[in-house]
Amino acid sequence: MALKMVKGSIDRMFDKNLQDLVRGIRNHKEDEAKYISQCIDEIKQELKQDNIAVKANAVCKLTYLQMLGYDISWAAFNIIEVMSASKFTFKRIGYLAASQCFHEGTDVIMLTTNQIRKDLSSPSQYDTGVALTGLSCFVTPDLARDLANDIMTLMSHTKPYIRKKAVLIMYKVFLKYPESLRPAFPRLKEKLEDPDPGVQSAAVNVICELARRNPKNYLSLAPLFFKLMTSSTNNWVLIKIIKLFGALTPLEPRLGKKLIEPLTNLIHSTSAMSLLYECVNTVIAVLISLSSGMPNHSASIQLCVQKLRILIEDSDQNLKYLGLLAMSKILRTHPKSVQAHKDLVLQCLDDKDESIRLRALDLLYGMVSKKNLVEIVKKLMSHVDKAEGTTYRDELLTKIIDICSQCNYQHITNFQWYISVLVELTRLEGTRHGHLIAAQMLDVAIRVKAIRKFAVSQMSALLDRAHLVASSTQRNGICEVLYAAAWICGEFSEHLQEPQQTLEAMLRPKVTTLPGHIQAVYVQNVVKLYAAILQQKEQAAEPEAAQDVTQLMVERLPQFVQSADLEVQERASCILQLVKHIQKLQAKDVPVAEEVSALFAGELNPVAPKAQKKVPVPEGLDLDAWINEPPSDSESEDEKPKAIFHEEEQRHVKQRQPEADEEELARRREARKQEQANNPFYIKSSPSPQKRYQDLPGVEHIPVVQIDLSVPLKVPGMPASDQYVKLEEERRQRQRLEKDRKKKKKKDKERKGRARRRGSLLSESDEDVAPAQQVDIVTEEMPENALPSDEDDKDPNDPYRALDIDLDRPLADSEKLPVQKHRNADTSKSPEKEHVPVTEKKPKKPKKKEKKLREKEKQPREKEREKEGKEEKPGEDLDFWLSTTPLSAVPPAPEEPGANAVIAAAQEEGEEARREEPADEAEDDDERDPEKKPSKHKKKKHKKEKEERSKDKKKPKKKKPASDGAAEPVENGALDEDPLPPVSSYCLLAENSYIKMVSSTYDIQGSLQKDSQVTVSVVLENQSNSFLKNMELSVLDSLNTKLARPEGSSVHDGVPVPFQLPPGVSNEAQFVFTIRSIVTAQKLKGTLSFIAKNDEGSTHEKLDFQLHFSCTSYLVTTPCYSDAFAKLLESGDLSMSSIKVNGISMSFQNLLAKICFHHHFSVVERVDSCASMYSRSIQGHHVCLLVKKGEKSVSVDGKCSDAALLGSLLEEMKATLAQC
Amino acid sequence: WPAKMIQAILVFNNHGKPRLVRFYQRFPEEIQQQIVRETFHLVLKQDDNICNFLEGGSLIGGSDYKLIYRHYATLYFVFCVDSSESELGILDLIQVFVETLDKCFENVCELDLIFHMDKVHYILQEVVMGGMVLETNMNEIVAQIEAQNRLEKSEGGLSAAPARAVSAVKNINLPEIPRNINIGDLNIKVPNLSQFV
Repeated sequence: MALKMVKGSIDRMFDKNLQDLVRGIRNHKEDEAKYISQCIDEIKQELKQDNIAVKANAVCKLTYLQMLGYDISWAAFNIIEVMSASKFTFKRIGYLAASQCFHEGTDVIMLTTNQIRKDLSSPSQYDTGVALTGLSCFVTPDLARDLANDIMTLMSHTKPYIRKKAVLIMYKVFLKYPESLRPAFPRLKEKLEDPDPGVQSAAVNVICELARRNPKNYLSLAPLFFKLMTSSTNNWVLIKIIKLFGALTPLEPRLGKKLIEPLTNLIHSTSAMSLLYECVNTVIAVLISLSSGMPNHSASIQLCVQKLRILIEDSDQNLKYLGLLAMSKILRTHPKSVQAHKDLVLQCLDDKDESIRLRALDLLYGMVSKKNLVEIVKKLMSHVDKAEGTTYRDELLTKIIDICSQCNYQHITNFQWYISVLVELTRLEGTRHGHLIAAQMLDVAIRVKAIRKFAVSQMSALLDRAHLVASSTQRNGICEVLYAAAWICGEFSEHLQEPQQTLEAMLRPKVTTLPGHIQAVYVQNVVKLYAAILQQKEQAAEPEAAQDVTQLMVERLPQFVQSADLEVQERASCILQLVKHIQKLQAKDVPVAEEVSALFAGELNPVAPKAQKKVPVPEGLDLDAWINEPPSDSESEDEKPKAIFHEEEQRHVKQRQPEADEEELARRREARKQEQANNPFYIKSSPSPQKRYQDLPGVEHIPVVQIDLSVPLKVPGMPASDQYVKLEEERRQRQRLEKDRKKKKKKDKERKGRARRRGSLLSESDEDVAPAQQVDIVTEEMPENALPSDEDDKDPNDPYRALDIDLDRPLADSEKLPVQKHRNADTSKSPEKEHVPVTEKKPKKPKKKEKKLREKEKQPREKEREKEGKEEKPGEDLDFWLSTTPLSAVPPAPEEPGANAVIAAAQEEGEEARREEPADEAEDDDERDPEKKPSKHKKKKHKKEKEERSKDKKKPKKKKPASDGAAEPVENGALDEDPLPPVSSYCLLAENSYIKMVSSTYDIQGSLQKDSQVTVSVVLENQSNSFLKNMELSVLDSLNTKLARPEGSSVHDGVPVPFQLPPGVSNEAQFVFTIRSIVTAQKLKGTLSFIAKNDEGSTHEKLDFQLHFSCTSYLVTTPCYSDAFAKLLESGDLSMSSIKVNGISMSFQNLLAKICFHHHFSVVERVDSCASMYSRSIQGHHVCLLVKKGEKSVSVDGKCSDAALLGSLLEEMKATLAQC
Repeated sequence: WPAKMIQAILVFNNHGKPRLVRFYQRFPEEIQQQIVRETFHLVLKQDDNICNFLEGGSLIGGSDYKLIYRHYATLYFVFCVDSSESELGILDLIQVFVETLDKCFENVCELDLIFHMDKVHYILQEVVMGGMVLETNMNEIVAQIEAQNRLEKSEGGLSAAPARAVSAVKNINLPEIPRNINIGDLNIKVPNLSQFV
């Protein structure tokens, strides 16, 4: 044995390591493959050895060879061996190899389950990490099912390094094992607020990705994400969240409304282009989702467009590209805003970078107008000539067609020009889009009657030089245009100047080399042409000429009869027989033209592309019903042949069905026609809804003939459409002059004194550009009773459909994740071996060591229970959140200017934004809005709040300030849509027989530099029968606190109340106070004076009151992590003070809740009956508390950056605690 | 399944030689090579001063996927990502990855990537996991790498000392490869993503 080991290590000396292998390969450039196969043989030998180091080395080399394209899956078993090595060094090599080559088809992968589980629970975090990383690359449904529970446990590991990996890999687990989503989700959600930013970021990443795929299930998380968005400083997290909101807003427009402000602020404030860009993108998404419902967000659009312009103008091509990309999104809904930047877009068309040009092309679609279409297309055509790659050229081609044909050819004023553009495009080599050009030619020729003559002349020219179009094999795609040309010349043959010449062109032998479907159209249209020529010749009394044509047909048609294409052959032989018959008649001098033409009498109208789809299923017709009941299967033994027979028969019967019903159908059709004829509301499809063109002024003045004369298009190979640019300009010039002249005359007649204005300016506007031809675009026909919608179904193969899972429904017992029972999980030593909350029934036996640990465990568990409770009605919660302004949902973070701006902006918007501040009375606080608190630090209390909130919701009307006899908060008249926040903090200020004053401090803003501002809301209720008017509020300012008065008034003046009060009516007024220092509580005396008027006359009355500004009201609940808290305490620049209150009966839990609630603190950490708490003032003072509960007493030690503030706060707290 | 936010990470040199091939979706080896080749030809066509995004739709994944790349001296770093990732963010991530390489290899050059492909993978694993962005803070990434290197050292490493000695002897005339990926010459105006506070 020892000898073997020695031998092994000697062998090692001569093994190649990875570096040797690389070096060797580099030195064998000539015979690399041979060298490598030699190396693989060596590796195979190494893998056979027992020494794990040798094996690991071999596997490492294999991983390198895999990169070079060698399949290494044959070594899968050895890889697993290396994965299970005890040393991290080897394990890591094994997992790397596995992650590169294992996949769902690797059969030995099932052998890894136990090894991975062992590694996941390894005491070394790096063993666990390596296993997680590897697993993330090759997790299979089986592995996901078997390991889901282990991974979920790791999400609460003590090491953030493991937590973040575990959180991230859960996404993979969900995909492979969707059943795990619901049980794991509560913990995943919890990780959104993990103290470690990496873990938080991972959780955001996973949830955003889940939500992106199935947004509706995650709407209820919107408030949480909103909070993260307004508090996070990690740009990665912000970007993910903002992207997610972009996906959520289409589902919930109210959310968009809420988002606009904070996003706009971010756009203004951020310096990171990536973040700016994503904000702009989401604002666009919001605006799109709001575009119907919201009046006007032009400011936001302007901001976006303006920022995008900056991006596009940047020299960095990446920003340019993204700017254009985002611009195209705005274009869809707000084309006007984008059109203003046409110069920029056109400029980008000349960019050297193809991706930029492509993006600019996308934008062009919205940039064109009647005025500039010709010019833009000219530019594009010149690009077509210059373009090198076919991809870009094809893109140009489709774009030209797109922009010209958009909105029913809205921007085309001259269809001759358009036809020549299309003809020019046929000269493109190697394009794939011949059919597009063909479709356009057909569409225009059919729908624009006025252009047919011109189109036919162009098409016949095209047919004439068909050999050019269809010559080289490369040009295959473009020969599609011949299809259109042949059809147009045939169908509208009356416009042909030289029909015989065209006929000959269409019968050339070369035609037979065209694709079958084109030949078929040729054959069919040759007859139409033939019919036209016959008619012409007979009318001209030239029977010989007519016979000559017939002879030509008889001679040439056989070439088609021989075609291998069935369609061509069939048509050709039919027609040949017909022509031969005609020949016989002609020989007898019988006139035939009339009858032959009758074959093609009548006009073909365009049918809308979706017409077929939209034919409604007639009433009473069940397409799924059996026509003949299938005989039951049970009887026969030889099933297989019979089944086939059945199927065929069914199909057969189905096809025949319409025939059987033919008579009935005809009858019904007749009846329907009758009904329609009698129905005055039935609108028959009539041509030409494009009256607009005809109504335009000046159309009748356009000399159409003139232009026809100057058409130079007969010369093939010349860029004809260019001529139109000049022609068009001249035409418009003439038009303008004409109009000016007309106007002048008019004006001269009417009012000679008035100066001419805007003459030429006016004619520049888009509407003024009159079309060259009188255009009637025939609308496409739809079947009668067409159904309006045709939505496409979702892709049933979408893998994310499996994750479309309702996450708000409470967990059922059956949904527990499978736990491996045989492993001795209860002897866990390390903290990460926590049980999964949802599966745990009983707490473990307490061990002294674990006591602290269990405390930690307990909290999340309770939180989860709470969450389950909450999740019973997520919809309501969301509604509640959405119905309030950002203010209540934003965690107050005054140190961020952005957040402040949000608050300010929200108020400017005039929405009801109320944040209650406790006044000196404490009792009324029980029914306050719990939303404003950060939830995660106050686990137990949270629960209580939940109850309170649900109570609130049930009876919102009953909310009264607890100081009894006080008035109900009164709804503001301006608020019809948004319900009042269901809680109130109003307290009685003063009252007399006339009036009652109820007040609330509802908004506080402050900074160190500036004076702080407090807005106080006062509800005035008229309790008398008198009419109260001329109300005025005057306050005796203190040095520190001043009432903000209208400009120009002195300190002694009062502030008028902006309304009057009829008897029994109440209304709310707001007053702003500026406060210099917040370290002491303030009391202000004031008087409300008013005139009370009743039947007996009017009297001057007044009511004195006292406004109280507590120090607590300047605190803002701010979450704080324990490490930051510890650092703060260590810093030593805080002054300290303490209080102690005796005779406390309340539980510690509720006590903390009260402090949090009334004094705006958050719990940092809680151990047994001791808790550290934190809050922050609007001016940035840190306030730290250590609260300890004794037998019947509570002591509070406070540390604060301002001693006076701390003193005042503790005094106020004492008052609160004394009532507990 | 196109389930990856980052579908693939490819590093190859100016001649298209792969230096790191990391797919987060299973492709057979020959297809992987083909994708590397095609991607190389795509980015090669690009001038250096044009935008770093390519719509390589047909290559991998489909139209939702984009190629985002950066070119440093002799190496191209290409990420194939879907629309859930911020384009500028990924550009930054590539930068983070390369800077981390630079830190871990002390002035990284192509040779480091050639001879230590395994180490490059380990570094990448701390940045991207299973196709998802794992960590963006370079200090954190470097700290984890170093901790694992120490662990490996304490275990004696993969090759014992004698093997090293032998390989040192075998070290013979290598073609000259320019040192330094030259991280300084970035002109992308994307401010670095803010560090975790």
